[in-house]
Amino acid sequence: MLKILKSGFFTTVQDKGRFGFRDKGVPVAGAMDNIALERANRLLENEEEAAVLEITMTGPTILFEEPTFIVLTGANMSATLNNKPVSNYKVYKIKNGDILSYGRLENGIRSYLAIKYGFETNVVLNSRSYSKSITSLVCLKDNYQIPYAPCDSFEPKISELKVDDYFDEVSLGVAKGPEFEMLTDKQLEQLFGSEFTISKDNNRMAYQLNEKIDVHDKSMLTSATLPGTIQFTPNGKLIVLMKDGQTTGGYPRILQLTDKAISILAQKKAGEIVSFKLF
Amino acid sequence: MQYSISIKPFGVHAVLVEWPNEVDENILNDILHFKHYLSTNCLPEDQWELVPAYNSLTLIRLSDTIDFKNFSVTLKNWYFETEKLNLKVQRYLCKLPVCYDLDFGIDLNEVAEKLKLSIRDIIKQHTENVYRVYGIGFLPGFMYLGGLPKSLEIPRRLEPRLKVAAGSVGLASRQTGIYPQESPGGWNIIGNCSVPIFSSKREVPCLINVGDQVQFYSISRAEHDLHMIESQVGIYKIEKTPINA
Repeated sequence: MLKILKSGFFTTVQDKGRFGFRDKGVPVAGAMDNIALERANRLLENEEEAAVLEITMTGPTILFEEPTFIVLTGANMSATLNNKPVSNYKVYKIKNGDILSYGRLENGIRSYLAIKYGFETNVVLNSRSYSKSITSLVCLKDNYQIPYAPCDSFEPKISELKVDDYFDEVSLGVAKGPEFEMLTDKQLEQLFGSEFTISKDNNRMAYQLNEKIDVHDKSMLTSATLPGTIQFTPNGKLIVLMKDGQTTGGYPRILQLTDKAISILAQKKAGEIVSFKLF
Repeated sequence: MQYSISIKPFGVHAVLVEWPNEVDENILNDILHFKHYLSTNCLPEDQWELVPAYNSLTLIRLSDTIDFKNFSVTLKNWYFETEKLNLKVQRYLCKLPVCYDLDFGIDLNEVAEKLKLSIRDIIKQHTENVYRVYGIGFLPGFMYLGGLPKSLEIPRRLEPRLKVAAGSVGLASRQTGIYPQESPGGWNIIGNCSVPIFSSKREVPCLINVGDQVQFYSISRAEHDLHMIESQVGIYKIEKTPINA
């Protein structure tokens, strides 16, 4: 078991996501930064589906009660293992009684803690990802315990990964969304010729952007949306749907973020700048 | 019937198929036939998700990208194939119990006044009518129902409520529906449905599918309380009768 001594701001269990229930309105959920999730699981030679902890903004303090191996990826939160600094993208051996804590947020906003074989919380509708009204827990609280299978010996093929991070990237790659053609020349210029600021309304469901573009009066019938879909409201607001986003919506879908752009955006916080680039 | 459909890329993992821009039962039937054909013959369930809503069907490939050019040609052919077959997709009429008690129907008095109908007439019209499920989305188990009689059309509330109780049955412009969970909302609340349409704890989490029909029936406060308990312990079954497609 792993015990949460102090919960931090917002920590959840996430995996690749919940597939197969979108036609019933169930959000995909899953790690916001899929690149960080995949790198962590690959270093530990885990199954793709292995569940990790997604740690937002400020990290928890964690007690390990069984031997295992861990990897931290994503945002750098100045983590320490028994008070000694640990690096991201590196495999660490854990003994019974080890304590992992997090400090100052250095870059990004979402950090991932992966464990050998993955966390073994309940599977609900094919996934372990926490999601409102689907799983009984929405986030971890003090003293919660999370099961995992102990592991005494593991010889990683690669014990450390030198990676390019993407926390400073501003440009988000986008494809044209289904309603792209409705955009006027003016709106196109506003979309691709200016920068947008992340609003304080940003979470696992959606990131809103502060700057508006010209208003529109197009109405459409409700239709499917995806993580990374950019909705365009009649008053000119842009809303980027993220992993817990609704599965259908009635606002025009003007752009669709690439997978990489979703990861880049998932590491941005309020006040940071992004721009769009058609690929 | 054969429609002229449009096929658009929706990012690299999804394709959007659109029918004429109308709320129409025949269009919905055509979409569901095509969906049925695709999921049984062409797009395996463990690799694709198909999301129908009103006049569209979105095909999402789970782990790979889609080569749009080739795929759209294949898709058109599959659509022609579907049209040659006389497919029957099993649909159901689902009867849902609603308690129109004023404790639940917190806007009933106001709605009655605005629509110039008695509460009894509102309940009568709301329950006589049969609705079609054009989509499920927004929240898990939230049904987009079509077929509200004109006499019950009423604008949404000017000020949305921060909290609307789970199970609340509401009216808003041309729509009626049930809030599957407690959430903010601006619909006019006229009652409460005691049966949760969606529960992740059930083996079949959603009682209703897109294309099904829904009819409400009025129950007393005592029946409502009983159904709530029966639903919680998992012994309540909704009345679901097959209809011929």
